[in-house]
Order: sequence, then C-alpha cells, then structure tokens
Amino acid sequence: MTVTEDRPTYKWVGTRPIRHDGYEKVIGKARFAADLNLPGQLHAAYLRSPHGHARIISIDTSTAAGMPGVKAVVTGADFPDLDPTDPNFDVSVNVMARGMALYNGHALAAVAASTRAEAAAAVATIQVEYELLPVILTLDESMADDAPLVNEHNITRFVESDGPSNLATANVLERGDVDAAFAAADLVVEREFDTAFVHQGYIEPHGCVVDVGPNGKADIWASSQGHFMVRSLTAAILGWEPSKIKVTPAEIGGGFGGKTTIYLEPIAARLSQMSGRPVKLVMTREEVLRATGPAPASQSRVKIGASNDGELTAIECWFGYTVGCTNDLAGLIGAMSVASYKFPNLKLEAIGMLTNTPKTAAYRAPSAPQAAFAIESVIDEIAQALDMDPIDLRLKNAVVEGDPTAMGMPHPRIGFVECLEALRDSDHYRSPVPDGAARGIGSGFWFNIGEQSSATVNLNEDGTATVITGSPDIGGSRTSMALMAAEELGIDVYSITPVVADTESVGFTDVTEGSRATFSTGMAVVNACRELIEELRARAAKILGVEQDAVTWVDGTAVADGHDPLPLAAITAKAKSTGGPLTVTASLNAGGAGPSFAVHCCDLTVDEETGQVTILRYTATQDAGTAIHPSYVEGQMQGGTVQGIGWALNEEYVFDDEGSMENASFLDYRIPVASDLPMIDTIVIEVPNPAHPYGVRGVGETGIVPPMATIANAIARATSTRMTSLPMSPPKILAALDTP
Amino acid sequence: MSRTHITCTVNGDPVDFLASDDTSLLDALRDELGLTGAKEGCGTGDCGACSVLIDGRLNCSCLVFAPEAEGSDIVTVEGIADGDRLHPLQQTFLEGAALQCGICTPGVLIAAKALLDENPDPTETEIRYALAGNLCRCTGYDKIIRSVQEAAVRLKGVVR
Repeated sequence: MTVTEDRPTYKWVGTRPIRHDGYEKVIGKARFAADLNLPGQLHAAYLRSPHGHARIISIDTSTAAGMPGVKAVVTGADFPDLDPTDPNFDVSVNVMARGMALYNGHALAAVAASTRAEAAAAVATIQVEYELLPVILTLDESMADDAPLVNEHNITRFVESDGPSNLATANVLERGDVDAAFAAADLVVEREFDTAFVHQGYIEPHGCVVDVGPNGKADIWASSQGHFMVRSLTAAILGWEPSKIKVTPAEIGGGFGGKTTIYLEPIAARLSQMSGRPVKLVMTREEVLRATGPAPASQSRVKIGASNDGELTAIECWFGYTVGCTNDLAGLIGAMSVASYKFPNLKLEAIGMLTNTPKTAAYRAPSAPQAAFAIESVIDEIAQALDMDPIDLRLKNAVVEGDPTAMGMPHPRIGFVECLEALRDSDHYRSPVPDGAARGIGSGFWFNIGEQSSATVNLNEDGTATVITGSPDIGGSRTSMALMAAEELGIDVYSITPVVADTESVGFTDVTEGSRATFSTGMAVVNACRELIEELRARAAKILGVEQDAVTWVDGTAVADGHDPLPLAAITAKAKSTGGPLTVTASLNAGGAGPSFAVHCCDLTVDEETGQVTILRYTATQDAGTAIHPSYVEGQMQGGTVQGIGWALNEEYVFDDEGSMENASFLDYRIPVASDLPMIDTIVIEVPNPAHPYGVRGVGETGIVPPMATIANAIARATSTRMTSLPMSPPKILAALDTP
Repeated sequence: MSRTHITCTVNGDPVDFLASDDTSLLDALRDELGLTGAKEGCGTGDCGACSVLIDGRLNCSCLVFAPEAEGSDIVTVEGIADGDRLHPLQQTFLEGAALQCGICTPGVLIAAKALLDENPDPTETEIRYALAGNLCRCTGYDKIIRSVQEAAVRLKGVVR
C-alpha cells in the first residue's frame, strides 16, 4: 500500500518492472565474490589470534613457508606501517595485526598455497609467541578508572585528550533547561537499557580474487559496497598508487553497512605479488562473525518529562557505545539520531568506548537502533502512565519541517506525521488486538546522506541506452537508475541497460551507504539524461533543418512544428552524420539528502512458560520520498524490519572471559528464519524530498530502527513487564517475569 | 591425497569428475564442474545457500562428500529452467521481487521446488517451515513466501 502526498504522476517512476539483473540471479549465472576462478590461482588462509588481547613477541613462519603447495606467506611485517594519525591507520592495523592482537580473531598471518587445504595446513604450523594482556570486553570495564588500554594508539576524537585512552568520542548536545523542566513536569520516567553486539549477517562471506602482474598492476575482483573504496583503502594499506589498482565489482551478497570497509584485498594483493600468481581469499562464516562487522553494543539511561496532557517537555539521555578495538563515531552519531520529538529541553550525552572485540562496522542506520530502543520504550511507558494512545502521544510531539534536529538545524520537509497518521488509520491498527496478544508501537528515523557519484549515459545506434554507474547494486538500484533514465529520456525501461562498471570505466563514486545510491547516483543519472536531451534536440534540429529552440523533447521524440515527431532511434541512427556519438557523463557531490521516518506496529504473544515471543502481525510505515520501484522500497522496509526483529529477540555476540566468541556460526548466532515470522505489511509514505528531481529520500536505513522498541512495547503490554535488555530472548524474558 | 573418479547425473547430463574423499559436493560442483549457482554461506549446513536436489531430495551440498554422489541424480539451480523457459518459481521470484542481493536465491529456489514437487498446494505455514533452513537476510521472507504461493497456483494450472 502506498500513501502519496502531492507528487506528479510519472510514466515509469513508481512502476514495478522486473529488475534488469534478475534473470542471471534466478538461473545461477550471477557472479558473486567467490564465483570467479583464474588459471593458476592460489588459495589463501589466515592465522587469527586465539587471544583477546596480546602483544606479539614473535611470529615464526619458516615451517609454513616450506610446506607442500605453499607459495607465499605474509605477516604484518610485509605491510608498511602507517602513522597512527593517518586516517587509514585503524583499518590497516585491522586487516593485519602489527605487534598487537587487539581481539580474538585478529589476523596475524596469511598463507597462499595451491589448495585451500594446503594453505590451512601451513597456517597450523605458524608459531607465535604472545605476551597476554588484560582483555576489556564491556563498557564498564573500558570506562573503569584504572582500565588497561584496549589499543595504545587510540586518541579520543572531538574532545581534547592528554594521550591514549579507551574513549573514542564524547559529545554533549543541549538546549533549554532540563532540570527546571523535570522539576515542573507532571510525570518523569527514567530507565536504563542495554543492547548486545549484533552482526549484519549478510549471507555472502567476504571474498576476493586478486591478480598482481609483473608490472605491478593489480586486478581485484571483490564484492563490496564500493569498489572505489576498495581501491583507495587497498592502495593506502599497501602504499601503492591507486591508479595501479583496478577493482571490478562482483555481485554483492548482502552488506547492510558491513561491506563499507575492507579486510582481504591488501592481503591477497601482497600474496599475489610475492607468488606471481592470482590469489583467491574467501572468509569462512566463523571468520565473518569473529573478525568483521558487528554493530556496537550499548548501554543507556533515558529520562523523559511530560505534562498530564501528553506534552513531552524534556529529555535527558546518556548513551555509551562499545565500538570495538579501534576508534569509531558510533557515539557521535548515536547522540544525533534521537530527535524525533519537539522536546523544548534536551540534554544528550554520548560516548564511544573501545573494547577488545572486533572493529565495529556500520549496520543499517548506524547507532540509531540502540538509541531508539531506549527512547521509544520510555515514551511508551509515558503513554501507558497517562493512559494515552501511543500514536496520539507521538502525534502531539512529532517533529515537522522547521523543528530543530538534535544538532539544532531545522528539519527539512519530513514525513513523520504522515507515517503516524497512516498507521493510525491502517486496517492493522483499527483491528482489535487478538485475544491473548498485545500490541506495540515504535518509531525511528535516519538522516541519509549524499556524497559523490558519477554516471555515464550512452545512447546506442538502435535508440537504446546504457546507464553506467559506480554504485554497487545491493538491492535493486540498477533498475531504479533505469526507471529514472526511462522517465527522463521517454523510452521503455527495458530499452535501458544499467551497468555497474569497474574503477577504470566510470567516474569516482562513493560507497553505497546511507541510502545514497538511488538518491545521489540517481541524481547523476538524471543530470546526464537532461544534458543528453539538450544534445538530442540539437541533433534533431540539424536533421530537420530548424533552430534548436524550435525543438522540444516529448515522450522520447523530438517535436518541431511542421515536422513529424522524430523518435530517439531516428536520431541515434544518424549520430555519425550529426556530430558523433551521443554520450554524456555527469558527476556531483550531492547535498539535500532527506531524512526518512518510520513507524511500526506489532501484535505478539508471550508464552509465559517458555519465554518465547511469537509475532502475529507486523505493519511498517516509512516515508520513502518517492518510491522509484515500490517493490524494492517495500523490500528494504521488510528486510530492515526483520533484521530489527532478530536484534530484538535473538541475536547477540556471546564472548567468554578471554574474548572468544562462543557462538560464531549461523547455528548459534541465530538470525530470523521464515518460520519465525508473519508477513511484514508495508505502508509506503511518499512525501517527496524537494532536493531530489524525483523526490527520493533513500529507504535502506530506517526500517531497522523501530522494531526493538515496537516489540518491547508490545511485550510490556502483554506481560506488564518492561524489557530493557536486548535481545529479549526466552531466558531473559523468563527471568524478568520471575522478578517481581 | 588420492582422488576418486565419480560418475553421476547433474541437471540431466551425465558427468564425471575427480574428487578427494574430503571434498564436499558443493566444492565439486563449483570447482570441478564450474556450476557456481550453489553458494557457500556457512559450510556447516545452517544457511541453505548450497541447497541441491539429490535423487529428488533436498540437501545442503556442503554437508555431502563428493564421492557420496556416485550414481546419483543431482539438480542445481542451473537445471530447473526448461531450456530458455524459466521454472514458474524463477518467474514468480522475478515478478514478485523475491530477491534483493540474490545470494540466497539459488538455494531458496531449490528448497521451494523440493516443497512444490512433494506438496503442490502448501499452506503459508508449510512454505515457511519448508524454507526455514534457507536464510535470507535481505527480504524478511515476505516476498519469497508470496512468490512461492503464486508459483504453486501457476503450477496447478500446468499438466504435470
């Protein structure tokens, strides 16, 4: 279902064509990272730290180097040491440890051999002498006055510091007078919350094939959210020229933020350079869980004041994010991600603390889910205390255009109220709560981002178009590009071939992240098409013998008074005689990304004997701006929602005291399966973003933000017990029910 | 390690290849036969991305040793279309936007085919349980379930 606010009706934008890359994906021909093999290729395997924190006294690879099939061995000594102030220092140290193992699973060495079994056998012979160091795993341990250093190179960002510490970032946002507001409030609710480390859980493990030629030119085949990012980081870590590296994007088997950085490529490149052979390096699932991605764990304290008529008068929050073994901006972003309500008085404090756990990575709306779980839970408790409908309470306080964000800048045109109203008026919300079940409401938003994109549009001699971009297609963006190009050029969407090109075949493009691909890269495509149309008018004028001003572009044809309309194909067929090939490249650094709001509703039951939560019905609303391809907008909402359901109910990293992950498999790190879930109903709200030619906001982030509070709020109404710790797994629910 | 000569049928074609005793059927399909449709998402039978049919039964090919395939009839995602005519599941997955990244899609299609071959008229719950061994992280399963339902309807209109 789509609810549309005052936008134009389009011919192609907003339709649901079969995606252009779909055929290859349903017949098994699409090539992902691990699907490429090159002649003479070697296979590589890692040695990883079995300790949560240790100084590496020595690494002896001499036996490994002589093992059957082994062609090359690397350790940290085979990579240049970047200066700790270098912006790529942390990722460099993460891909291969230099002198210190910062977490259990940290890469210490890698071997390339003729077979994967030979590489693994050689890895097992590598001798490492360690000096074990204290392992810091939690926020409290990291914050303790006498806490040992997690990472001797960490310098706090954005606040002055007098040397290394465990503090990554700290910031305070404040307006009004919270103390006076709390004193004057009719009701004040304060709660503490915590959430666990969770993984993005993409089904495709990280993988690459790298071939470094004798001339030093590196060919990289890898799946990532941005192949220009792979090029930049690989070059920085190896000390090579970016222009000596070509990265070809494989199809990407899920990322969700976790593939916005690199792990493998510099290692495979160095092994390839040393062996003179192509090297394939693919992680196991255990390696993915132990050494990539998790989103930060968190603790928080949220205090909200309200008047008896439901005006939220003040909020005071403290958020602590555990960001893993290197500095990260989680705390900084977390503090900004809270301002869905007008709160005249506000004090937000957020910190990030280092822990001896894997370096964290972005995960869909990074840092917002942890904060929204806490705030939206307290707001629900206020609605309960005031006996107010939870949607009415939110509507009374929801931010609209012009209201300040947490940072103080005014919100642009946003669709929070529209989402709340659509959910309030939905069949789900108007239906009675099923017997024995309870209903919860939660909301959330994310900013979305712009950044740099390039696009080239080539018109072919038969009147079709090739749209070439540098944005890896992580969930249907190729067809979104084609839809916008079809709308602009006035030709059939299937006359357009959207291509994601390698780093030597398209202009620089930033990572597919922050829901920016359809927004920013789409804008580059639109700009290129508009410039092409100017050129088409000029060519048509030549063909017809009229002035360019006399030619207009209508539905894929050049129209001039007194002449038959000239279709695109008639112009492209005469490209040579009218001035040469018809091709335009556009690039931009996009501003004006539009925040996307979401409101969710969930009916569930709690089995008070087992602690099992069963979700009976779920509806997600979200403001998409304009849904270029509604099916894939719904898909982003549904996918984000279900990741949030996993985060709410099941998913967590379990470490032993030494920092070894005890559930590093898909059996024990349990993501939602089909039988856990009902259908996820969607209501797409379209409040166009005025900064995009088609009103796009970007839809990938926000869906994951509301589910945790939505589910917690339903559980609170089902059991009269408020769950404040994620995941709300059966043992934790049973324990909470047993605690009076 | 010595390698065993294995003869079997893959997607209707007789094939033979060499594999050591500890090679998985998944690795043999991908590396010896070049059929990279089946994917390795975990290597431990937990994600279903490597699903194939062996003598009509659904299996995680990462949990089967290649020599066990001797004499068997194997179907992978590359073999479910009828020439250039897609299987109804492939068609409804495309129309229903049942794939986003597409890495789980080959395994999901095989598991759904195994279900519909056995049970042409499954309930939503039966579909959800039949696909519970196939992890998808992108879609939340909604459009996958609907596309399997639609394929079941279309298959019922086909003379079997």
